[in-house]
Amino acid sequence: VAIIDPGHAAKQLILERIFRSATMAAAMLVLLILGGVFISLVHGAWPALKHFGFSFVTREIWNPVTDQYGALAPIYGTVVTSLIAMLLAVPAGFGVALFLTELCPPLLKRPIGVAVELLAAVPSIIFGIWGLFVLAPVLQRHVQPWLIAHLGGVAVIGPLFKGPPFGIGILTASVVLAIMVLPFIAATMRDVFDTVPPMLKESGYGLGATTWEVIWNVVVPHSRAGMVGGIMLGLGRALGETMAVTFVIGNAHRISSSLLAPGTTISSSIANEFTEAVGDLYTSSLIALGLLLFFITFTVIAAAQTMLYRLERSKGAPA
Amino acid sequence: MSRRTLRKCINGAFLALSLLATLTGLACLAAILWTLISHGIAGLSLHVFTENTPPPGSEGGLLNALYGSAVMTLLGILIGSPIGVLAGTYLAEYGKTSRISTLIRFINDILLSAPSIIIGLFIYELIVVRMGHFSALAGGLALAVLAIPVTLRTTEDMLNLVPTGMKDSSAALGAYPWRTTISVLYPAARSGIVTGLLLAIARISGETAPLLFTALNNQFWSNNLNAPMANLPVVIFQFALSPYKEWQNLAWAGALVITVTILILSVSARVILALLQSQRGPAR
Repeated sequence: VAIIDPGHAAKQLILERIFRSATMAAAMLVLLILGGVFISLVHGAWPALKHFGFSFVTREIWNPVTDQYGALAPIYGTVVTSLIAMLLAVPAGFGVALFLTELCPPLLKRPIGVAVELLAAVPSIIFGIWGLFVLAPVLQRHVQPWLIAHLGGVAVIGPLFKGPPFGIGILTASVVLAIMVLPFIAATMRDVFDTVPPMLKESGYGLGATTWEVIWNVVVPHSRAGMVGGIMLGLGRALGETMAVTFVIGNAHRISSSLLAPGTTISSSIANEFTEAVGDLYTSSLIALGLLLFFITFTVIAAAQTMLYRLERSKGAPA
Repeated sequence: MSRRTLRKCINGAFLALSLLATLTGLACLAAILWTLISHGIAGLSLHVFTENTPPPGSEGGLLNALYGSAVMTLLGILIGSPIGVLAGTYLAEYGKTSRISTLIRFINDILLSAPSIIIGLFIYELIVVRMGHFSALAGGLALAVLAIPVTLRTTEDMLNLVPTGMKDSSAALGAYPWRTTISVLYPAARSGIVTGLLLAIARISGETAPLLFTALNNQFWSNNLNAPMANLPVVIFQFALSPYKEWQNLAWAGALVITVTILILSVSARVILALLQSQRGPAR
């Protein structure tokens, strides 16, 4: 009896080829999806881009009746809400990460870490209805009147806080976004802080530094790249967030100087108007908005990933 | 004030701020959960699970929406997770260090954080425009595209956790890599891969934006994959913004159901992962 059966070996080889090709095809599909997203968006956006040309991104007008569309108001809304959200969420995320790595009693470390991660798992539509029915009235009654009274008259930043307290608007959307990206920023920063060699921190303490001094002079410089990566990842989320913003932004296609006024973002315009859009140019303009969002978020997330990758590689290398 | 006191004060101030930030984050989570429970319990009754979505101004339930969500989530997982698992296998076993694998990993991480509404537009252009109408199938496909990056990532990570000795032993017995993967690696990494599936389900079952213009919505019970189908997130979106009290109550009940489901899925995924790590020690 032959120990090695040639037929069996040949069958094994064929199965090996099939399995290998299947895994490879699945992996290539990931590349195909990204390519497909790009091509289909360009294809769908083409009529609008051809019709309006470059003026699509420079005009504020958005009028379905006269079929005139410009993306300036949604771009403005997307950028401003995300920036304010980052302004609120970055210091808060830094604080949470710092608390979890340096201050938290070991017993509480796990539960608080899980709670922060659960906040990230809550679906965005839940943030939307919470923002609309709970947060917006609170901001309207207590926070916005205070802002108008105390900051409305201040030079330079005054106009940002003028006008009636609508409740819903750019500022409310920013606050909801800040709460949504906080867990992402906090979790990434915590992981980055955890990679700081204890020896470095102990050297700092050994020289008599306070906890804060060790964090600011040892931990932060050591984890700068990772922190920026985490912040950009959060920014990518904020730029593309749809449902939560759609609930609380007010959906007004205009640029107001006041942060308290309603506005719109790229994603909330698409979510609100896409199924109601009649006419090819209207639909195409909304897809063109999607293409813009794709470019913006792709750039930000790619930059964030590059930074985090570099960090991972340097972590593997001997210190 | 001496320099020493000043330094101590600064230290105390920043540590207090850090504690404050943590408490704020926890308070937000508590506030959201409290709102969901207090509003959701009021709207929650047996009718929610036994009746279909009502016309404006009358009582009803969410049965067709729950069913539709289950169908499309299942469809998304059935299509998306095999692709994700196979692609993860390729990255972990075949193309470990090749340049194309690095690119795939990079693109996958981008897809992982890409806005879901873009995926919705993609499937709209790809399927809905071609077929000429909205359908549950298109919704399921959009969710599948969202499930792939999650399962790919966890599968690769989990396969990398399997000790090399097991792989080498299998190869030494003359097994081809496919045999090793199926008979040794997959069983060894099973609970990790299942965790990835749970995370993917948690991720896609709450997604609203990609369903808005793929599956659309349907006020009635539908078993037809080739027609618009009701689903919980879009029903919540529509009902919460409506002026009708009955619809708003149903929206809150639906929000409670969906959040509790997703939080249970996420917590169990995390518990499994924690158990795995305590068994095997820290990764690599």
